[in-house]
Amino acid sequence: MERMTTKRARPLSPNIQIYRPQLTSVLSIANRITGVALSVFAVVLVIWLAAAASGPAAYSQLQTIIGSWPGQILFLIATFAFFLHLCGGIRHLVWDSVRAFELKQIYASGWAVVLLSAALTVISWLLNLLIAGHS
Amino acid sequence: MRRFRIQTPLGRAVGLGSAKSGFGHWWTERITAAALVLPAIWFAASLIAHSGSDYDTFRRWLREPINTALMVLLLVTLFWHAALGLQVVIEDYVHSVAKIWALIVMRFACFALAAVGIIAALRIALGA
Repeated sequence: MERMTTKRARPLSPNIQIYRPQLTSVLSIANRITGVALSVFAVVLVIWLAAAASGPAAYSQLQTIIGSWPGQILFLIATFAFFLHLCGGIRHLVWDSVRAFELKQIYASGWAVVLLSAALTVISWLLNLLIAGHS
Repeated sequence: MRRFRIQTPLGRAVGLGSAKSGFGHWWTERITAAALVLPAIWFAASLIAHSGSDYDTFRRWLREPINTALMVLLLVTLFWHAALGLQVVIEDYVHSVAKIWALIVMRFACFALAAVGIIAALRIALGA
């Protein structure tokens, strides 16, 4: 009778861990991971607005948290996630219009997304230091 | 033998297609993505310019009508797009009853966060 009630472990089809990571698959999952991460950061945006609406004390308290080391590291991750999801999302929209869907173009746009996201992250942080750092 | 169909492809898709509400979801995800590009770039540029600002500078900035409007639009589009994207993630990795609960909680959270964010932005913009 036991055999009927216990679940046998069913064989699984080859899963993602046995495949060598490729740019295409890594960017695909990265778009999903950054999407989830940005949803979490969207909560921070709402907390930030709510703090600002409740008064200067709560606002400056939040500014201190964001300005701390862990806060800055999280913000750096958020910046890269933001640009990766933005550039990757535009790449998806181009694909959806049935363009640039040859393998060569897919790899070219993939590397473009990676490099552009990294460049935009560095540029925006440098600009921020230049503008906000001096005030 | 080639079977003759009197029904148009569209009629067949609407009546019998397996997609059901899937196409609407897919399409809205794309539309909200495209709609997010401009507010997202505005938001990033604003953060770069104002992240070190004090409270009064920040308030003055958000009180400008264009910034208030873009912030509200950003919140609406962002949480709409997030709800659609998170739905796919939940449907892929969470199963059975937990899936239904996760979907309900996620949707409520997106609505609530959007509401709180918009009210906060409007309070700063319109408040005394």
